[in-house]
Amino acid sequence: MSSARPRRAMHDARRPWGLWGLRGAVVSYLVLMIVVPLLAVFQRGFSGGLRAFARELANPIAFDALKLTVLTAAITAAVNLVMGTLTAYALTRYEFPGRSVLDRLVDMPFAIPTLVTGVMLVVLYGPTGVLGGWLEARHISVIFAKPGIVLALLFVTYPFVIRTVQPVLLEAERAEEEAAFTIGASKWTNFRLIVLPTIFPAAASGALLSFARSLGEFGSIVVIAGNIPRRTLTVPVHIYGQVEAHNERGASAMSIVLLALSFGLLWILDWRQHRKRSS
Amino acid sequence: MEKRRATRSGLAAAIPGPDAAGRVRPRFSEWVVVGLALLYAATLLFAPLVSLAWGALSRGVGTFAREITTPDALSAIRLTLLLAFGATVINTVFGVPAAWLLVRDRSFVGRRLVNGIVDLPFAVSPVIAGFMLIALFGRNGWLAPLAEAARLKILFAFPGMLIATTFISLPFVIREIIPVLTQIGEEQESAAYTLGASRWRTFWSVTLPGIRSALQYGVLLTFARAVGEVGAVLVVSGSIVGLTETATLFIFRALDERNAVAGYAMALVLAISSFVLLTAMERTKRRRSRIR
Repeated sequence: MSSARPRRAMHDARRPWGLWGLRGAVVSYLVLMIVVPLLAVFQRGFSGGLRAFARELANPIAFDALKLTVLTAAITAAVNLVMGTLTAYALTRYEFPGRSVLDRLVDMPFAIPTLVTGVMLVVLYGPTGVLGGWLEARHISVIFAKPGIVLALLFVTYPFVIRTVQPVLLEAERAEEEAAFTIGASKWTNFRLIVLPTIFPAAASGALLSFARSLGEFGSIVVIAGNIPRRTLTVPVHIYGQVEAHNERGASAMSIVLLALSFGLLWILDWRQHRKRSS
Repeated sequence: MEKRRATRSGLAAAIPGPDAAGRVRPRFSEWVVVGLALLYAATLLFAPLVSLAWGALSRGVGTFAREITTPDALSAIRLTLLLAFGATVINTVFGVPAAWLLVRDRSFVGRRLVNGIVDLPFAVSPVIAGFMLIALFGRNGWLAPLAEAARLKILFAFPGMLIATTFISLPFVIREIIPVLTQIGEEQESAAYTLGASRWRTFWSVTLPGIRSALQYGVLLTFARAVGEVGAVLVVSGSIVGLTETATLFIFRALDERNAVAGYAMALVLAISSFVLLTAMERTKRRRSRIR
């Protein structure tokens, strides 16, 4: 111990420089990679003043794109809330044939490139696709229509609710559930009064995450939506179009709205998590 | 039904009980829940997957092989691997010290702020990630003079694509390491340190082995995400065939030119490669849970 002390002192004396170097390197990396580029978008968006910014947003194509994006993201989040909770419940509470395959399949959408997701849906539902003819005969349009966008978003966000609810279900106290059964509560009553209140916060967080993820989705939507202005054009695809058309102010204005929405959601999620941890 | 529940409470042992994780076989109405979960996954995930394989291979394996070995396809695959590799290296080199600082460096004032900044790339649409670089390096961009002075072509060239890919995959390594670093605690590190090991040595022989599998998982996630990126690279690359065209951009162009065969073939290649990565991740995860 005594022989270690001088060396320790030496380390401590040297430490501030090394530590400050490390801090400096990490902070400058993050500022250069994340903060400065984001600020550049804001600067472009407001370069013509607030009025020019507002004019870009009042553009009917941009406004309809925003409405469509929020609507499809909301539908996706709602479906995920129900189906994700149900799937997580089935995976944690029951043993059935195909369970381990399903459990492994859950993470697949995280690994599959989103553009490939779009291609898959085109192969399945497209006009020359596997189901395309059948759907066309029944006048159901999936491709180049809103259902296609929602399908793509549901595929891409499939794991979110499941993976947030699963750990909570695994840790949940089974004793309460069993007690409820012993006193004769039906399965549905048990689920409604005991399981649901326990997992709801996690499921809601997962649904919010899938909503935020859906707002920015590009790869899968761009190939399946047809990108018809005022009908199937979402905000990210619209931004891409504006960049290609060299309308940087329009692209920045839409980017700023989308960023504000997703950062707001991120902040809410962070706040919920902090509240949970402190309680 | 009542009997089965009783088994779970250990009151009767005659009927087969739940497995180790407390799972039971579904009965009657419970099959509705299980059936719905399976049906949903089958239609949403499995059917598209199978139809892609069918679409890519319906004209024979020979056609598939020919489509993915054209010079354009090969150069696209090469560029994708190069970008993913580069982004992974950068994000690992900066991610490990960043995670270490965020967990261990308690006197670091801006810790919470930096922690929040790290998550931002997850909330930024890939298209915006690409557009940021146009705003930064394009006409009148803040860093345009700098790039010009260095005679470095950023936009519509490899550097811009690398920055964009690095940005969208930035948080993975950091986010995977942080919980493990928090969990293993400082005891062993301070023991090594007290015994006279330098900070560097402590890191290499105590900290790094502790976070190794988390780091592996983070690296695989980063790589998978980088391989699949399309929006960000689409905006900054200018899609020059054979030069700045990645595998995803190759698919994008093939579909645009109504060359479905080539597009489907490349999509299947990417799908298969992501399955390989997924299996590797699965393995790392299992090893991690065994260690704990």
